[in-house]
Amino acid sequence: MITMEHVCKSYKIAKRNAGFGEAFKALFHREYEVIHALSDVSFTIHDGEMVGYIGPNGAGKSSTIKILSGILTPDSGTVTVDGRIPYKDRMRHVKEIGVVFGQRSQLWWDVPVIDSFELLRDIYAIPKETYHNNLEELTELLNLKELLRSPVRQLSLGQRMRCEIAASLLHSPKILFLDEPTIGLDAVSKIAVREFIQKQNEVHKTTVILTTHDMQDIEALSKRIILIGKGRILLDGTLEDIKRGDAGIDETVAELYRAYDIE
Amino acid sequence: MKKYLSFFRLSFTMGLQYRAAALAGIVTQFAWGFLEILVFQAFYEAEPEMFPMTMSATASYVWMQQAFLALFATWMMENDIFDTIASGNISYSLCRPIRIYHMWFSQSTATRVSRAVLRCFPILIVAAFLPKNYRMAKPASAGHFGLFVITLILGLLVTVAFSMLVYVLTFFTISPQGVRIVFTSMVEFFAGAIIPLPFFPANWQRVLELLPFASMQNVALRIYSGSMTVTEMQKAVALQIVWLVALTAFGNLLCRLAEKKVTIQGG
Repeated sequence: MITMEHVCKSYKIAKRNAGFGEAFKALFHREYEVIHALSDVSFTIHDGEMVGYIGPNGAGKSSTIKILSGILTPDSGTVTVDGRIPYKDRMRHVKEIGVVFGQRSQLWWDVPVIDSFELLRDIYAIPKETYHNNLEELTELLNLKELLRSPVRQLSLGQRMRCEIAASLLHSPKILFLDEPTIGLDAVSKIAVREFIQKQNEVHKTTVILTTHDMQDIEALSKRIILIGKGRILLDGTLEDIKRGDAGIDETVAELYRAYDIE
Repeated sequence: MKKYLSFFRLSFTMGLQYRAAALAGIVTQFAWGFLEILVFQAFYEAEPEMFPMTMSATASYVWMQQAFLALFATWMMENDIFDTIASGNISYSLCRPIRIYHMWFSQSTATRVSRAVLRCFPILIVAAFLPKNYRMAKPASAGHFGLFVITLILGLLVTVAFSMLVYVLTFFTISPQGVRIVFTSMVEFFAGAIIPLPFFPANWQRVLELLPFASMQNVALRIYSGSMTVTEMQKAVALQIVWLVALTAFGNLLCRLAEKKVTIQGG
């Protein structure tokens, strides 16, 4: 079970106006602006749930994922994931979770994919049999057979993303965080990724938290939606709750963003 | 422990695939080694009694230094590590059950060793067959050779522990440039990379020998060439161990602090 209660996180950002004079002034006096990435965020997610976490760019989605995966420490509030406090107990926590950041790569660029997988096996100390079974299953489901022996730098984005997702599941985590897993993918890869996530949730009861801008992801995957804007949770409910009449999902969400003034 | 060994293995094999870089390195090191020896030779002929080391010991020092350059050159750093910090890719490493410090330590040790393995043999073989004054001599004794290997490893670890400080400080500064330039120029000068420490003025030398820089290449290279007394050797090895412990402890502490305060760059 994942709970976040009254979590706040802010960043300090140096700001200045354009121009040489301003740059010179900033040498002596720097102006900072405090950005509240998260203010008073609370929610609970139960085991085996699949939750879509949506909101415009800069709403605080990634910050939430980073706090839940133990990378960032919140300024205030309490966070527990299966009884652990992620940022206090990082090493123990991360063994039980899998994370995919759609815009980054966790595979080693210059070596074949399988080398990265074997390194991950050693990092997570995955028992031989578990590794073998998981690898076999993931290879089958994500169609990786032809990819495992190629260097990562020569894979297409869609191929790489399939490998990234496999990499994050080798150690059979109970919770999977997906931060924009379908970003930049073509239709075929998108559907493949969605179907796989769906199956993973059904078969292994993996809790999935998914951030995305692709509303079809949400439509295909998650029954529950959490909408965040300007660092606040604005809505927590089902897709049906927010849908009005037969407006498409994109229109519905755009309407919501406008209604909450968070575009 | 096994995970860090796997890290070492992967980085090592990755290092071995850069053949062209190794070839270019070998050529550079030969040219540099010859030049250096010619310069020392000129000084030696001018006034042999003012020379703090024998010419043959100096030649051995230079060739060993060129052969194992990749182990000790602090200007060769892991650009991968700087990139992960600047781009925010570090977030992936942070969500693994792995200590960042240990991971980077094994990674940079492995890269250095793989580079040195690729480069050292051609240099050592050719240097052993050069005409007398330019030649790399045999080690002073079997004991000297054994101690040379041990101090070479200790020196490598001290060098890595020192560069670790640069990586960890980059967590705070984001850009590695400043810290890197200051650190590497200090090391180059004070470690005996440009001229061996015995060539420094006596009272400078007394201070320099206590600094961590002297625990890098200086000890192994001078032991090989037989230009250290037994008590000097004992003291030098003890100092290497002390610096290794101190630098890793400090680096570890700093790294933990950085992990707590880290902000991930990019969305």
